[in-house]
Amino acid sequence: MTHVEAAVAEAYREEWGRVVAALIRLTGDWDLAEECAQDAFVRALEHWEHKGVPRRPGAWLTTTARNRALDRLRREATGTAKLREVTTLMAADEASPHDTGPERDPVDDSGIDDDGLRLMFTCCHPALSLDAQVALTLRTLAGLTTAEIAHAFLVPEATMAQRLVRAKRKMRHAAIPFRVPPAHQLPERTGAVLGVLYLTYNEGYAATSGHDLTRQSLSAEATRLARTLTRLMPDEPEALGLLALMLLHSARDATRTDEAGDLVLLEDQDRSRWDPDLLAEGAGLVEQALRRGRPGPYQVQAAIAACHATAPSHADTDWTQIAGLYGELHRLTGSNVVELNRAVAVAMAAGPAAGLAITEGLEASGVLDGYHLLPATQADLLRRLGRPDEAARAYRRARALARTDVERRYLTRRLASVEGTVEPAGESVPSGG
Amino acid sequence: MRYLMLICNDETAAAAMSPAEQEQSTARYVDFQQEMGARGLLQGGARLRPTSDATTVRVVDDEVLTGDGPFAETKEQIGGYYLVDCKDLDEAIEVASKIPHARFGTIEIRPVWEMDMP
Repeated sequence: MTHVEAAVAEAYREEWGRVVAALIRLTGDWDLAEECAQDAFVRALEHWEHKGVPRRPGAWLTTTARNRALDRLRREATGTAKLREVTTLMAADEASPHDTGPERDPVDDSGIDDDGLRLMFTCCHPALSLDAQVALTLRTLAGLTTAEIAHAFLVPEATMAQRLVRAKRKMRHAAIPFRVPPAHQLPERTGAVLGVLYLTYNEGYAATSGHDLTRQSLSAEATRLARTLTRLMPDEPEALGLLALMLLHSARDATRTDEAGDLVLLEDQDRSRWDPDLLAEGAGLVEQALRRGRPGPYQVQAAIAACHATAPSHADTDWTQIAGLYGELHRLTGSNVVELNRAVAVAMAAGPAAGLAITEGLEASGVLDGYHLLPATQADLLRRLGRPDEAARAYRRARALARTDVERRYLTRRLASVEGTVEPAGESVPSGG
Repeated sequence: MRYLMLICNDETAAAAMSPAEQEQSTARYVDFQQEMGARGLLQGGARLRPTSDATTVRVVDDEVLTGDGPFAETKEQIGGYYLVDCKDLDEAIEVASKIPHARFGTIEIRPVWEMDMP
């Protein structure tokens, strides 16, 4: 990659969303905005080769895309009223000192950043389906191609293209506004933005197989967007909590699977290989968020992750505190999966029997039917209680419900390890792929 | 931007209201219409008779087929509507959330397909 190609690639990562956002604000046309942004990056490759990389690539790209949009609107005879409106807006934009003043860096330019925030909230508008929100965010804000997003979510490209077309059409027909919602709607709508980023991160995080890089890059994109959000909404502790949670998880990336791509449990991970910089930044952000005194689900999850991250070993982890945090998280979210996690922490703090009792309550209520981690957790607790035949049966139930090959392989290994100590149970073993 | 707001709720629940409850419901609608009227958003609206008073019409091979009852059996029925003119969807959502029946049923917001729009 040449110096210029590298500069354009970096500008694409850093500036794509802001360029598109500025163009959407000026033209109100999402497709035109994307096309003109694309165009500006193509021109940059050529222009920067001859004239050098501009000092502020983002401003150059926005101006180029803006001029391109103006050309396009001029050529379309139907766009006269629209053209007047856009020309006025652009003139105002050019005149505003914060946008063109040479003394200001566009990264810190509140006007441009506000566009990014507008775009984030508009992509995550609750009138759009969650699938559409995620797709729009990745396409428009993060600049992933339709093909990349389709591949990441394991759907055909035509399906993803259709999803984006429908979402943009609804945005136009229903007049979903391009703006940051007013204060009284902000908490609910911020929750929607955080939810989309969290879902995107988890899609990438769950894709543990090492060769599936497109899916893993989802986590990187989500982290980058969360970081942007914390800069744009510095007073929102849940945004800090979410970023902290992502960093603390990502810090363990290198140790989550072995060379064969198999899962390595937290207790077996080599803590010396956890990324110390990410851990330190994540833990610092958790503290910074909690000091605001407005705890929420992401902050509590990040606090749990920080407890793990700062413990010298699995045994020397403050399990009592983690069990308490899961209790708090369950209170905040009402999630039954959280209650299952609390059972694991209680088992570590007060012994496997205490944890098993919680899982039996969950099983009796039927709220986690079909979720493989319920029998998998029970199997592990039964094994530790010296009840291997019951453990083996639970591992089989879990394996039949597991969703990925990595998980099935892991459960098969655990099953073999408990079966080594018992008479074969004689049940038919599900093939499991 | 014009939107039609369809007020959907279980009409059997509405029929079972006591006179006092009906009066209270009417008062809430008066308040709602006063507020939205003052803001200049309201273009029309009405409460509808229940689906037991509905008639369906279809024309098949030039023959008019008349039926009783609603178009489809559903748990919630359209009990009324408002036509509003709002700045954007966020304002429409705010208006819909203030329709008294938003607390008991569902408000469906449908953008009007203006004929000069593609």
